[in-house]
Amino acid sequence: MVALAIRQRADPRDWAGHAALLVILVGLLWFLAAPLAALLIQSLEDRSGAFVGLRNFVAYMQTPALAQSLWNSVWVAAAVTLAAVPAAFVFAYALTRSCMPLKGVFRTVALTPLLAPSLLAAISFIYWFGNQGVFKGLLQALGIPAIYGAPGIIISELFAVFPHALMILITALALADARLYEAADALGTSRARKFFTITLPGAKYGLISAALVTFTLVITDFGIPKVIGGDFNVLATDIFKLVIGQQDFQRGAVVAVFLLAPALVTFVVNRFVQRKQTSMLTARAVPYSPRPSGGFDLAMTLYCLAVAVLMLAVFGMAVYASLVNFWPYDLSFSLKSYAYGLVDAEVDSAFFNSLRLAFGTAIGGTAVVFVGAYLLEKTRGLEWLRPAVHLLALLPMAVPGLVLGLAYIFFFNALNNPLNGLYHTMTLLVLCTVVHFYTTGHLTALTALKALDAEFEAVSASLKVPFYRTFWRVTLPICTPALLDISRYFFINAMTTISAVVFLYSPDTKVASIAVLNLDEAGEAGPAAAMAVLIAATSLVACILYLGVGRLVERKTQTWRNLK
Amino acid sequence: MKQRDLVSYLRLDGVSKDFGAFSALRDIRLDVTQGEFVCFLGPSGCGKTTLLRIIAGLEVQSAGTVCQGTRDISRLPPAQRDYGIVFQSYALFPNLSVFDNVAYGLVNKGHARKTITARVAELLKLVGLPEAGAKYPSQLSGGQQQRIALARALATSPGLLLLDEPLSALDALERVRLRQEIRSLQQRLGVTTIMVTHDQEEALSMADRIVVMNHGVIEQVGSALEIYREPASPFVADFVGKVNVLAGTAEEGGLRIGSLLLQCSEKPARGNVRAYLRPEDIVAQPIAPGDSNVLDSRIEKVEFLGSYCLVRVAADGLGQPLTVYLSLNFLSEQALEPGKALRLRILPERLRLFRA
Repeated sequence: MVALAIRQRADPRDWAGHAALLVILVGLLWFLAAPLAALLIQSLEDRSGAFVGLRNFVAYMQTPALAQSLWNSVWVAAAVTLAAVPAAFVFAYALTRSCMPLKGVFRTVALTPLLAPSLLAAISFIYWFGNQGVFKGLLQALGIPAIYGAPGIIISELFAVFPHALMILITALALADARLYEAADALGTSRARKFFTITLPGAKYGLISAALVTFTLVITDFGIPKVIGGDFNVLATDIFKLVIGQQDFQRGAVVAVFLLAPALVTFVVNRFVQRKQTSMLTARAVPYSPRPSGGFDLAMTLYCLAVAVLMLAVFGMAVYASLVNFWPYDLSFSLKSYAYGLVDAEVDSAFFNSLRLAFGTAIGGTAVVFVGAYLLEKTRGLEWLRPAVHLLALLPMAVPGLVLGLAYIFFFNALNNPLNGLYHTMTLLVLCTVVHFYTTGHLTALTALKALDAEFEAVSASLKVPFYRTFWRVTLPICTPALLDISRYFFINAMTTISAVVFLYSPDTKVASIAVLNLDEAGEAGPAAAMAVLIAATSLVACILYLGVGRLVERKTQTWRNLK
Repeated sequence: MKQRDLVSYLRLDGVSKDFGAFSALRDIRLDVTQGEFVCFLGPSGCGKTTLLRIIAGLEVQSAGTVCQGTRDISRLPPAQRDYGIVFQSYALFPNLSVFDNVAYGLVNKGHARKTITARVAELLKLVGLPEAGAKYPSQLSGGQQQRIALARALATSPGLLLLDEPLSALDALERVRLRQEIRSLQQRLGVTTIMVTHDQEEALSMADRIVVMNHGVIEQVGSALEIYREPASPFVADFVGKVNVLAGTAEEGGLRIGSLLLQCSEKPARGNVRAYLRPEDIVAQPIAPGDSNVLDSRIEKVEFLGSYCLVRVAADGLGQPLTVYLSLNFLSEQALEPGKALRLRILPERLRLFRA
């Protein structure tokens, strides 16, 4: 006789949790897995919908222009990675391992590119080095005929991805065990040897991770090559031309699969690397704190100052250009660009759409992500579907926005889709943006939840207190700082994103970042700069508000943390 | 009267737990009597915590039944069982005051505010922290936090109290103090209690009965004295207390170890055996003329432990070293130190023999 597995009966009060988990699973299946499946199927079919295997891929590789784009994308991404990672490493090293002054200021300045759509850098570099740019002559003296094309893409991407690489490397370098350095000092080790034998190996995984993330961000970015790429074709711009311009969904799907590949590799390697990184630092490690060292600190300060000045120059040029009357002929100040963008080009509605998208994502996304992470981490039952939910929550990290957007077209634009009515609506934009940025929020929530005692739920059950009451009285109040972090992340990304929504908007739901793209395309450089600056300003205000709310919430809900 | 004759309050019958191919628990049968204090004792990984979590409904057994009182609770979720639980980590809600922590389970039962306040005050007094209500857990020491966790677990007057290594996170002094407090509190309330621990001293000093576990099975169930004096297996003898293990052969005339023939109360079948002997069962005094099992030995090493010393000796003819406990006073009176001679006697009734 085969013994049947004993199953615990579910408490009626736990059913609500199970139902909510099922809803999240269905949501992720419907708004992530199914669209991606539709995309993959599309890449294996011909126009009539018949299965053709890999023939689309073969045809793609045999089209010289498209194969050229693939090569362009790869070498440009590689070049940016080779430049950005070392530059960010030195910056992160200065922030974590030196005693230079103004660390907070340098860090903040270096992270500012996150506040604006990536194409702001491209617009700014056109003002610096473009046909009517300030330093056009300097560029030509260097032997570069024009900024448009690979040079512009590389330098703009460098600016845009710098903060992403920097954040990873700061984390990697911040995890240092002082005892290793003390042991090395006791043995009379030179500074250089310590760097190569302790620091660099310790940051190895961070470097790998930063390089992969940089490469993926560049190869999947759409805004910068669109604005400054000229006739230099890359995968991201091809996909747009193929799908929107030529309605060639099959080849669009093939390009999307090419973009999916590096992102997937990055994702898998990152998971592996993170596990390594956390296991390297034991609980008994002593945190490293740098000691003053005149010459070194000065060199680090000068380096960071140079980077910060360059960053501000890029940002500053966009602001300046948005405020002049008529570049480059009339440099007197005016708000004409803002007025034109908001009033004449009707970008005001786009701006409000952006706010709607950002608020919707920040509120809805945070709620879904946090509840999902909570149910996954802290409730029991339905064990068979938990791994599936977790995997689906991690998957968005591996899906570039362009790919997700394209997948949404294939899936939701299909006439037989019951949710076809969502196509082109703000609801779908919000859902797509939530899914696009789901993973980071999910991981933040999981980290916060894992920091809570694992037995809270067991204690509550033994006291006959339903899980939702403990969620409300204990879990949620303790996790409010993490909730605000998640919400801010969603807000800023919803304000600045282009890639996913570029396929999904309608005239009624056009958002500000897309409006920037359209203005630029129409040759309205000044208004485009103005709108990009407006987005950045909104993000900045949001950050400051989040900071204020955070302080307030901390005073109200976190008092117990600072008692002694 | 023996415990087993009393009515069983908690009955585990054939409980097993498999994690994939690994079986964490195998066919566990145990009866716990009303009001009893039972300790699950064993090394880490022996399954004791898993067993406790099965009783709590936090894990589900692969086979077997769990009955509490007259109820079969095998398949009930934790919320439908009747127990209070205290974890090693305390698991106090950090954002709630001590009062709110203790009242956590009471509020849910819909008691009037006044009743709750009175009950919490009573509980805080019971655990010796009557003034702590307004504080937050982070303002209390580890021992105080664990007392609050205990009060919270007892608040709803559960029929069963489960303690999962409640003292492991505390420092040595606090551990000993709280050990006695928990024991006397348990006796006063008469609540049936199961505690998991890997600390034999804790188990020996607190429990009515100890369940010694190893590799997912119960090795022995018995009182502290039974476990210590009459270990049912080499594992129990080894795990609880210090023990000398001597390889020998059972013969007609007694136990042959090295060139010596020792008298032994146990009469095992002939063959190779291992003799288990506690250090205190080898005595230096009194030794009367004509006593059996007397050995001449030489002191090799003295390890100072306080009032007692652990003394390693080489006994003539034994061929293997022996460890004995001798009091510090005895050592200094006799001026004993490494290299000196010492007569010892092995108590024949204390030799435990197991097949080799």
